[in-house]
Amino acid sequence: MPAAEAPGLQALVEEAQRVLSICNACRYCEGYCAVFPALERRLSFTEGDVHYLANLCHNCGSCLYACQYAPPHEFQLNFPRLMAQARNQTYRHYAWPAFLGRAFERNGWVVSLATAACLALVFAFTAWYASPERFFAAWSDAQGSFYAVLPHEALVTAFGSAFLYVLFALAMSFNRFWAGTGERLADFLHPVPLAAAKWDAAGLRYLDGGGDGCTYPDEKPSFARRHFHHLTFYGFMLCFAATSVATVYHYVFGWKAPYPMASLPVVLGVLGGIGLVIGPVGLLWLKSRRDAELVDPSQDGMDAGFIALLLLTSLTGLALLFLRETRAMGMLLAAHLGVVLALFLTLPYGKFVHAVYRFAALVRFHIERRRPLPDVAAE
Amino acid sequence: MDFSRDFDLLILGGGNAALCAAITAREAGASVLLVESAPRHFRGGNSRHTRNMRTMHGAPLDVLADAYPEQEYWEDLLKVTGGLTDERLARLAIRRTEEHLPWMRRHGVRFQAPLGGTLHLARTNAFFLGGGKALVNAYYACAEALGVDIAYECEVVDMSVVDGRFESATVLHAGAEHRVRARACVAAAGGFESNLEWLREAWGPPADNFIIRGTPYNLGKVLKLLLAAGARSVSDPTQGHCVAIDARSPKFDGGIVTRVDAVSLGIVVNRDARRFYDEGEDFWPKRYAIWGRLVAGQPDQIGYAIIDAKSMGKFMPPVFPPVRAGTLGELARALGLDAASLEATVAGFNAAIVRGTFDHTRLDDCATRGIEPPKRHWARAIDTPPFFAYPLRPGITFTYLGVAVDEKARMLMQDGRPASNIFAAGEIMAGNVLGKGYLAGIGMAIGTTFGRIAGEEAARHARG
Repeated sequence: MPAAEAPGLQALVEEAQRVLSICNACRYCEGYCAVFPALERRLSFTEGDVHYLANLCHNCGSCLYACQYAPPHEFQLNFPRLMAQARNQTYRHYAWPAFLGRAFERNGWVVSLATAACLALVFAFTAWYASPERFFAAWSDAQGSFYAVLPHEALVTAFGSAFLYVLFALAMSFNRFWAGTGERLADFLHPVPLAAAKWDAAGLRYLDGGGDGCTYPDEKPSFARRHFHHLTFYGFMLCFAATSVATVYHYVFGWKAPYPMASLPVVLGVLGGIGLVIGPVGLLWLKSRRDAELVDPSQDGMDAGFIALLLLTSLTGLALLFLRETRAMGMLLAAHLGVVLALFLTLPYGKFVHAVYRFAALVRFHIERRRPLPDVAAE
Repeated sequence: MDFSRDFDLLILGGGNAALCAAITAREAGASVLLVESAPRHFRGGNSRHTRNMRTMHGAPLDVLADAYPEQEYWEDLLKVTGGLTDERLARLAIRRTEEHLPWMRRHGVRFQAPLGGTLHLARTNAFFLGGGKALVNAYYACAEALGVDIAYECEVVDMSVVDGRFESATVLHAGAEHRVRARACVAAAGGFESNLEWLREAWGPPADNFIIRGTPYNLGKVLKLLLAAGARSVSDPTQGHCVAIDARSPKFDGGIVTRVDAVSLGIVVNRDARRFYDEGEDFWPKRYAIWGRLVAGQPDQIGYAIIDAKSMGKFMPPVFPPVRAGTLGELARALGLDAASLEATVAGFNAAIVRGTFDHTRLDDCATRGIEPPKRHWARAIDTPPFFAYPLRPGITFTYLGVAVDEKARMLMQDGRPASNIFAAGEIMAGNVLGKGYLAGIGMAIGTTFGRIAGEEAARHARG
C-alpha cells in the first residue's frame, strides 16, 4: 500500500473508537500488555487517547491471534494494525518542526536520501581537506591516522551541533506529545512512575506476550524479538559509551584517537558493534518473516530504513577499526562518519522516535495506574 | 488428508472437549483424526468465545485465590439447575477440575488474573490468558505437534452405528464424501443452537427473534445422527444458556461483547412499555442468565433496558452506544414505543420507590412498594436526563439437549446400556449436568473433564 493511501488521523480516531469499544466490552486480552488495562479506564476515546494507546502497543500480535473478532469475523477487528497506523500518525503529528512530519510519509526514501546526502557531504569535505595522497595513504595509529584525513575541530563541530539539534527536536516532540495526553510535566518527572517506566523500558517488559514471549514473527510465541532488540539497544548504548569515554580521553587526558585495541573505548565499541550487527540483522530477519496480517505495510520503509542505518553504522565502524592502518582507512572513515551523521540527523524523523513516545506512554501508564479506577460495577 | 487410513479414534468436533480428547488419546498412543466443520479461522466451536473455567480447589491454586470446595461448587450448581442435574456426573466434573489446571498448563494454556469487572469470579474461575480462542490455538498447536490428524471444513453427513456400535462416519470435505472408519468415536460436536430450523421446531415462531451468540457451525448434525441411531437423550430442546443481549448484535458469533449489564440499575420494559420482571432480584451475575428466557417470553421477544444519567458509566461498557434522549417521551419515540405508556410506567415506578441507601455492591434497601412486579434492590427513580436505553433480545449461547453418558463418557443407548465404542464430551452431553440454568465457567469444566475421560477411555478401547 503506498503511503499516500494511509488512513488519516480523523478516520483512525473513528475506527479506534469502534475497535476500542469492542475491546473494552471484551477484555480477554488484558493480561498481554499495558494497552488493555489502559483502555479499560476509558469509556470513550479522544485523539490524545489514541496516540497514547498506540504508543503503548508493541505490535506483538498476541491479541490478534487470540481475538474472536479478528477478520474474517464481521467485526473485522485488527487491533495491532490499527495501532501501527495510529503510531505513524503520532510520528507525523508531533514531529518538530511540524513540516518535517511529512518525512514519515515516505520514510524509507527520506532516510535513504538523507544517508546518501550525508555520505556525499562527508566525502566532499574530506576530498577538500585531504589531498588524494593523504586520503589513500596507510597511516599507523602512532601517526594519528583519523585526523590526517579529517580535522578534529570539524568533527566536533558537525557532530556536536547535530547532536544538540537532535536532542532539541526530540524534546520538542516529546513536549507536544505529553501536552496532548493532558498530563502535567511535573507528573512526568515524579520519580515513582518514572522509575517504573524506566524499568519496563530497560527490560522490554511487555515484549513477553504475557509470559511465553511475543507472537513474533508468527503465531508461535518466542522471545527472539526481545533478545534482538536488547542486542540492538544495548549495542547502541555501548557504542555511545565508547564515544563518550573517548571524548573524556581527548579533553580531560589529552589522549588522541586512534586508541589501542585493549583500550576502553575500543573494547566498548567492539562489544557494542557486535550487538549492533547481530541485533539489527535479527530484527530485519524477523521482520521479513512477519505475518502480513499484523503490519501496516506503508511503514516497512521506515522500519527497515532505521534498522539498516544502525547496521551500516556498526559494520562501517568495525571495518574502520580493523582496517584503520591500511589504505582503506580514509574511505571507511568517511563512510562511517557519513552514516553516523545520517543516523543522527534522521533520529527525530525516523523509527527512532518510537523510543520517545513509547517511553512517554509508559510513564503515563504508570501515572494512571496509581489513580483509582473509574466507578464501574462488576458485570 | 487421507480419510481411508485406519484410525484408532475419530473425533467429531473441534472445540475444547474434542481437543482434550484428541490430545489425551494421542498421548496414550492412539492414532487420531479430528474433523472440524468450521474453517481454520473459526475453529473451536463455542470454546473460542469462552474465557474461564470454574475450578474446584482446596487451597490457593495457580491464579485462583482461597478455596472453592467441592460441596460449595455442587451447591452453586444445584441452585442454578433447580436439581435438574445428575449428581454423580456433576460431582465427577467438579472434582476433576482441580487437576485440569496443571494439565492445561502443560498443554500450552496460560492463565491470567481475573479481568477488570470480574472480581466476583476471582476465587472460583480461572481465566485463560487471551480468552478461549487463545486456549483453542494452544490446544491445536499441541495436537498438531503430537501428530493428531486434523481436517477443517469437514462436515459429518452420516454415521453408521449398528446396535450401539460405531462403524464409520461419512464426511464431506472439499466437495467429496469420504467414509472414515475408526475403532472408536468421540462425539464432541456441540449443540444445535445455530440450526435456526431446529430452534423454530422447539420454540415456535419466537425463535426467529433469537440471536445466536456463538459459532454458526453448531448445527446439531452429529447430535441428530446419534439420537436417530438410538442414543438416549437428556434435557429438552428449549433448555440452554440464554441471556439478554443487545438487539443490535450480529445474528451469529457476537460473543461476550453483546451483553448488556445495565438491567439491575434501571428498569426493563417490553414492546408495550410495561415492566415484566423484578430487575433487582439478585446480583447481576446470578440473575444474568434468566433474562434471555424472560425476554423470549415477551411479545416480539424484545425488551428495553432503561436507565438515567445517574447510572450511566456505572456498569461494564457495552459494545453498542445506547439510544439517548433528553426526555422519556423522546426516548420512547426513538425506540418505537408509545410515549404515554412509557411515561406512565416510569412515573408509577418512581412513585413506588421506598427511599433507601443505594449501594450496588450489596443487596441494598432501595426497593419498590405496591407495584407489580416489584424491584427489590437498587431501585432508584428514573428522573435525571439524559435517558438511555439498550434494546434487548434473547441471546442463545448454547443448547442443553444432548446424549446421555456414564462416568466413562460412554454414550448411553435408549435401553440404558452404554454404546461399546461411542463416547461423548462437551456441549453435546452438557445437559447431563446442566438440566437448566447456567453457572459461569462450568461449560469448560464439563468439556475438559469429559473430553479427557473420553480420550482416555476411547484410546483404551481402541488399543485394547
